[in-house]
Amino acid sequence: MTVLAFLDAFTGALEFIFEGQQAGIAGRGTVGGLDQIGDLTLDHIEVSALALAGSLLLAMPVGMWLGHRGKGELLAVAIGNAGRAVPELALVAFMVAFVGVGLVNLTIALLILGIPPILTNTFVAIRQVDRDAVEAARGMGFSEAGIVARVELPLSVPTLMSGVRTAAIAIIATATIGPIAGVVTLGDLILGRNVYGDDGVLAGAIVVALLALVVELSLAGVQWLLTPRGVRLQRAPAGA
Amino acid sequence: MTQSRLRAGFALFAALVLAIGVAACGGDDDDDGDGGGDTSANLIEENPDNNGVQVTVGSKNFTEQYILGEIYAQGLEAAGYDVKTQLNLGSEVIALRALEDGEIDAYPEYTSTALTSFFKTPPEDVPANAQQAFEDSQSEFEAEGLTAYPPTPFSSANAVGLLTSTAEDLGVSTISDLEGESQNLTLYGSPECRQRVDCLVGLEDNYGLQFEKFVPVDIGLRYEVLDKGQADLSILFTTDAQLSESDKYTILEDDKELLPAGNVLFVARTETADEAGPDFGETIESVQSNLTLEVMQELNARVDIDKEDPAEAAEAYMKEFGYIE
Repeated sequence: MTVLAFLDAFTGALEFIFEGQQAGIAGRGTVGGLDQIGDLTLDHIEVSALALAGSLLLAMPVGMWLGHRGKGELLAVAIGNAGRAVPELALVAFMVAFVGVGLVNLTIALLILGIPPILTNTFVAIRQVDRDAVEAARGMGFSEAGIVARVELPLSVPTLMSGVRTAAIAIIATATIGPIAGVVTLGDLILGRNVYGDDGVLAGAIVVALLALVVELSLAGVQWLLTPRGVRLQRAPAGA
Repeated sequence: MTQSRLRAGFALFAALVLAIGVAACGGDDDDDGDGGGDTSANLIEENPDNNGVQVTVGSKNFTEQYILGEIYAQGLEAAGYDVKTQLNLGSEVIALRALEDGEIDAYPEYTSTALTSFFKTPPEDVPANAQQAFEDSQSEFEAEGLTAYPPTPFSSANAVGLLTSTAEDLGVSTISDLEGESQNLTLYGSPECRQRVDCLVGLEDNYGLQFEKFVPVDIGLRYEVLDKGQADLSILFTTDAQLSESDKYTILEDDKELLPAGNVLFVARTETADEAGPDFGETIESVQSNLTLEVMQELNARVDIDKEDPAEAAEAYMKEFGYIE
């Protein structure tokens, strides 16, 4: 019984995505369809990209600096843990009183979500780079900044990128609460049941999940490209 | 006079004074009784037959609805029903679905919303006469297995509102005046406004207005977004306390009659109404009989401006008019 119901719901959602449906009892015109889903997806990506870029700009330099100097481990880890504990929805609602609704509100909430994993992972990644390599570079006369850029950073790509990927997925998933802050993203399909109908809700969930998957795979590809060949070989299983 | 006669005289005098005092106090009581007499007729009597009849009262997701839901719930409870509340359900579509699914047994709905949203009546065809609107809604609801009770005295309508200062700057007083200006203005409304003909859809189709942006926000924020300067225009309700309390906000005249006013009908599942017996309808009609526009605005003000709890405000209304003690 439930398997059939599940399949039925699934086909409804697919119909919503590709063809669109007649709007529900209160509605006018069609909802769904590739056009509308496409627009919403673009909005969602824009909002997520903005927050991710902001997180990178704010967290990465700080993480690299602290990691290179070996200072502030407690701070970096504490922020990482604390950031994960923040209830996003409550944060957005809380900020409405100060910032009002809109992109600023949502972006702040998403930055608070994206900064901790990037900060912590960048710190740890730089920290765990082989000290011998760093010493060797210092011996060769590299400047401190040069050491960071040409030795520590390349060698820390795997762990660092894992932080970026975590942040990216968290941001994409959480950008679905955008409508609560007055920003229309794919979350509108999920939250606006009376506008889009039940099929819309499932369709929204499916599209967000797919988007997250695509971004995850893309970033995995970026990570592969950025990882120096030596590190790549080092990490490959023996005999491969 | 002899001393005993003096004493008797004083005693008589004292008794007389006491008697006059009692009569006077009694007189006051009688006055109170007369004043209380008008409202004591409203007092809801608990009928033990109603015990064991479960009634779940729902409401939509804004202040006026919370208050109405509480008033009806408290009234039915006083009549002896086992009442549960599920307020803050969501928009009218969600509330109707909850009603049809049996998740709730009843909720208060506006005739205008029912006719335009549920029954696809074009807004210009919504009767201005409350009784006519009620009868039209009632027959439509009946076909769905729902019973609609006669209307409240007050009615409410959506309104396009803005800060008075903005209205003066733009020089607009009717919605049609927005023509030519609207593409530079942002409109904030509830999420379902995008699909409702007595909201964004009508503003675009009937008035031919294109807005720079429509932002969906929670109904509870409709004044805040104006205060914060984020919204140029906001969808307000004509029964809002904020409108009656100050001149800070203005609503634009609905010159094309797109936004019909609706009285509130208590809509219940017919099977619940049948099971509940005659007290159900009688209680409903009694408790809502004092909900005039002024009273509703006052109640809205207590919750929205004085930050009272809707249940408290409802209880105050019930006691004020003598429905409960």
